[in-house]
Amino acid sequence: MRTKEVGRPLDRVDGRLKVTGQARYTAEFPVEQVAYGVLVRSTIARGRILAYGTKAAEQTPGVLAVLTHENAPKRHPTKEFDPSDKEPSASPTTILVLNTDEVSWHGQPLVVVIAETLDQAEEAASLVRITYAPAEELAKLSMLDQKTEAFVPKKVLNEKPEVTQGNAEEALAAAPVKIDHTYTTPPYNHNPIEAHNTLAYWEGDDQLTVYDSTQYIFGVRKMLSEMFALKEENVRVVSAFVGGAFGSKGRAWPHVGLTAMAAKVVGRPVKIDLPRKDMFYMVGGRTPSEQRVALGADAEGKLQAVVHTGLTASSTSNTFAEHFSFVTRHLYASPNFLIQQKLVRLDMVPNTFMRAPGEGIGTFALESAMDELAYALNMDPIELRLRNEPEKDPTMHVPFSSRHLKECFALGAEKFGWHQRNPQPRGRREGPWLIGQGTASAFYPANKRSAEVKVKLSIDGTALLQSATHEMGTGTATVQAQNAADQLGLSVEKVRFEYGDSLLPKANGSYGSTTTITVGGAVELACEDLKRQLLRLAVKHPSSVLHEANYDDLEARDNGLFYKDNPTRGETYAVILAREGKENLEAQASFPPFLKEKLEEMAYSFQSFGAQFCEVRVHEETGEVLVSRWVGVYDCGTILNDKTARSQFLGSVTMGIGMALWEETHWDLRDGRIPNASLSEYHVPVAAGLPRIEVYSLGIPDPHTPLGAHGAGEIAVTGAAAAIANAVYHATGKRIRDLPITPDKLL
Amino acid sequence: MSFSIDQILRGDIPRVERPPAADPSLVPVRLRVNGQDHDLQLEPRVSLLDALREFIGLTGTKKGCNQGACGACTVLVEGERVNSCLTFAIMHQGKDITTIEGLGTPDALHPLQAAFIEHDGYQCGYCTPGQICSAVAMLKEVEHGDASHVTSDLMATDVQLTDEEIRERMSGNVCRCGAYLGIVDSIRAVYEQQKGQ
Ligand code: FES
Ligand code: FES
Repeated sequence: MRTKEVGRPLDRVDGRLKVTGQARYTAEFPVEQVAYGVLVRSTIARGRILAYGTKAAEQTPGVLAVLTHENAPKRHPTKEFDPSDKEPSASPTTILVLNTDEVSWHGQPLVVVIAETLDQAEEAASLVRITYAPAEELAKLSMLDQKTEAFVPKKVLNEKPEVTQGNAEEALAAAPVKIDHTYTTPPYNHNPIEAHNTLAYWEGDDQLTVYDSTQYIFGVRKMLSEMFALKEENVRVVSAFVGGAFGSKGRAWPHVGLTAMAAKVVGRPVKIDLPRKDMFYMVGGRTPSEQRVALGADAEGKLQAVVHTGLTASSTSNTFAEHFSFVTRHLYASPNFLIQQKLVRLDMVPNTFMRAPGEGIGTFALESAMDELAYALNMDPIELRLRNEPEKDPTMHVPFSSRHLKECFALGAEKFGWHQRNPQPRGRREGPWLIGQGTASAFYPANKRSAEVKVKLSIDGTALLQSATHEMGTGTATVQAQNAADQLGLSVEKVRFEYGDSLLPKANGSYGSTTTITVGGAVELACEDLKRQLLRLAVKHPSSVLHEANYDDLEARDNGLFYKDNPTRGETYAVILAREGKENLEAQASFPPFLKEKLEEMAYSFQSFGAQFCEVRVHEETGEVLVSRWVGVYDCGTILNDKTARSQFLGSVTMGIGMALWEETHWDLRDGRIPNASLSEYHVPVAAGLPRIEVYSLGIPDPHTPLGAHGAGEIAVTGAAAAIANAVYHATGKRIRDLPITPDKLL
Repeated sequence: MSFSIDQILRGDIPRVERPPAADPSLVPVRLRVNGQDHDLQLEPRVSLLDALREFIGLTGTKKGCNQGACGACTVLVEGERVNSCLTFAIMHQGKDITTIEGLGTPDALHPLQAAFIEHDGYQCGYCTPGQICSAVAMLKEVEHGDASHVTSDLMATDVQLTDEEIRERMSGNVCRCGAYLGIVDSIRAVYEQQKGQ
């Protein structure tokens, strides 16, 4: 029997191109006559534009056009991304910048300068002057100051903003042991190293081609077709190599539409590659949050009341309420729940998904609170979690499709050596360093979206797989080739996977850790269809050894279909196709197959779990925190490729450490300026200061998902910040409930 | 100028030099990149990074921040690592410039390129050319006995390349995908390999 491809730690199929600099990212296509666009940002948060001083810019050598709302062509409004749409637009907002004189946030693009070279465009942009009429009322920039205006939004993603079960406040008051605290998290920015960028050109008036660094090709296509009143099929969006995304590239920020507009005006290809500073002002980040978590338990540590309420911010130009409370709906059992989300709207750039949206910040609050409760109970924090394992989903009241949180803690505790830990805070020191250890649960949903896949098998024994999904470093290109290879009984070298182009079969955006299951399910279905077609061809012929075969008797193996119980009896695809005089055969399928999926979706709660363990060293005199050890164990079903999945976990933990200790986007609350809008002042993790992170996955298949898999790109962000905060408490006796845990908070 | 997805995913996109503009204010600049001379007409303010990417068409060198904070633009000038966004092209005439394309090709990988694939020292691949160029020069610095911030014995001529040393010395190269462990392991593997020889 040949070994399976799925599960092998195969090298990335796009690796050679990436390490040799031959992979072309969006801004790198050699399109003739390309001109460069540079955007000018608003320097007020709210008001109107009175006048533009563009003369100096227009007279700069090389300048082709200077566009403002006064001379920019009108575009059509687009719908804001709405998760309840079947195929949502990628537009983050309904505002059409440059088609309005209204300023809605500091940093809103107001002017596009297009020139022959980048330096010319940058120089000209620096010469533009804008006069404003700032709004009479003060801009709303502080979430906490706007608390009185907070409202309960209609929906939080596709769920209810509130869940009440029993009477949580009463149960809390009556509980013998309880904690009740407020946790806050700051704004964060994704900062993929490849900036957002777009290259666009027109052929005639109605054919638009856009190279765009996106994780949602069809959403970009939809937005552009609405904006320019084009047929969707007349817009081609290409996004093959993407230099990191982490959620930010799930939306088409204003520069996307502006690049297409600029290309139309100058009649040439135009590219706009956002400078890093614009990445903070024109690309939304993670909302700040303020969350209350109150937990009441009986003396044995059984939760009697769980309260998780709080506040996030969206902008005046979008409506996304980040779902911090979702984790609490599924993680622990309790008879009484009070969950509620509120929203305020600020004059800031629209917020958006950032790696592990909702759960990233929600687990910080909930899992810090669980640690506080464990101390209040004088109980081991793992024990506390185990005592509150629910039999069913505690708010959906259906079974979990697969849940192995206990096993995650068991393995993690063993690898980490948790049980040697003295629970007493401030119990260990080495010179000036206080040493502490902390743990937290990780949690992220295992959702699915939709995708179509086409597979074409050729007589030479190769297969071509096509789907307009995305590869942002996630490993999709590699793991789906492995998947198809197994489905068809080919070796993986014989499978080519084409993705990243709207000319291919439709796929949903690659976010929310949904791609592996979604595309994986579609691959499975398309391959099945293909194999059934092949069998039908063979069955017709009395001379075929498959003449009497049923589909279920066979398996795909060694480039053909063979009897399961007689591995030498069967036919290769080449034989089947040759007999028909066919060069190749195609099949196409969509996932999810609708009805079946709907029923499954309602019957189970689909979630991934994990256990995070870390050790920190806190310098007593400087307050510096270093993470010195990390063990993470994750339960996300079958692992398709150990190498790429491991990198997803490592990268997520790394981002979680950044979130806990270093990252924060500062907002100047007077005018919405972002004083640290650069990579030198917004500190993302670097190699120094990180430990040798250890990650493990249980690899237990989910019986209710394609391949038994779950997505693996976000789970390991969740719980990370809480594990660190819990370890910092253990080291120092100080509980930090406000991220990031910077030295000033510890001194 | 339309590229098929097949072409794109095979890496089959030609390198195209930008045709010189007929602008008398431009100055001739000759750059020797990967052993090949390129005669350009540039404004003196054009960075080495933009000259490589936008004029010569060597797009393997990446732009991440354009201000010296990320290392994505790292190239080798006379064998030393340089953030090409922080320096003008015109300053590097007559010098040997090596970019990622000059280190190896998909069919003939540099040992570090091969190690990055094996140890998954990347995810999206965007910081990768800079990481690899930086690592090539860093290993030379180590061979040369250069100390770093974490070297305990500044007088020793022979640096012990611990994980901590690699991490410190590679911290000018940001990887937002967080592939640092793979990066450290790739570099260590090549270092051991070279030491063994
Ligand atoms: S682009 Fe040069 S250091 Fe970031
Ligand atoms: S591999 Fe994506 S930034 Fe390093």
